[in-house]
Amino acid sequence: MLVRPKPGILDPQGQAVESSLRHLGFEVGEARVGRLVDVELATEDRTEATAQLERMCEQLLTNPLIESYEIELGAAAAGAEEA
Amino acid sequence: MSGEPRPVVPVIVFPGSNDDRDAQRALELLGAESPRTWHGDESLPARTAAVVLPGGFSYGDYLRCGAIARFSPVMQAVVAFAAEGGLVLGICNGFQILTEAGLLPGALRPNESLSFVCRDVALRVERTGTAFTSRCDEAEELTIPVKHGDGCWFADADLLAELEENGQIALRYAEGANPNGAVANVAGVLNEDGNVFGLMPHPEHAVDELLGSTDGAKILGSFVDAARLSAAVVV
Repeated sequence: MLVRPKPGILDPQGQAVESSLRHLGFEVGEARVGRLVDVELATEDRTEATAQLERMCEQLLTNPLIESYEIELGAAAAGAEEA
Repeated sequence: MSGEPRPVVPVIVFPGSNDDRDAQRALELLGAESPRTWHGDESLPARTAAVVLPGGFSYGDYLRCGAIARFSPVMQAVVAFAAEGGLVLGICNGFQILTEAGLLPGALRPNESLSFVCRDVALRVERTGTAFTSRCDEAEELTIPVKHGDGCWFADADLLAELEENGQIALRYAEGANPNGAVANVAGVLNEDGNVFGLMPHPEHAVDELLGSTDGAKILGSFVDAARLSAAVVV
């Protein structure tokens, strides 16, 4: 789950990152800092997984007044095999 | 104050609260009986007349300040208490928890400067005659300390206009004294019914001349007065 500050919301962390990148010589426009939350789910049903993740985002992981979210599903158990 | 009934005003203690004892001491100085109440309790103490959510760093401020504390067992009792018109005051982290719980409008974001600010600030009282400001004068200037990293109150233009129209912006930083970049210099907000109030400054740290100001006693004293009245109605 990717959580981002909504457009127009003051993002001082993004501003600090942006200015630091410029100091390093990168020609960047606006930088915004969000949050990545990875969770392992018991279900392998993608529809059910998406529904659960949406509920997580809405109940806890985002504040809808200031943040938006995106959900991305990984392959089932692929992470465990890699590890 | 002796002789007057002491209303029961619990101070909720979350893991990471650190101003609970200061709040308790200030409230007791102002005539309340303030048991510290654990966040894992499922109910408020008997005869609770008002509730305080104190400052601190509940749950390490993880995710967003206040986002996890709002799911503490005691918060269900606080939400039910507020829904019945019970008086609830959130100070700093308590304010953050109340916005996350949906009891107060807006959200608190990292300070514009990204720095933790810890100093006295000048405030202007925008609403008198509320349960939290009855001891203040119209447009009175108060000096009360702030100490926070995430005090930048935000509301979008529509929400702000609605709150201004309803008179819910009870406290603002004085012109030029905004320590965190809060929209419209907002330092403290009421809910629509006026029984829930949250503010970033710490009135409990300004109740004694030794600490440089007693202006915090005007807010907490108003609150204890209102709690005493509501306790009298309940009994």
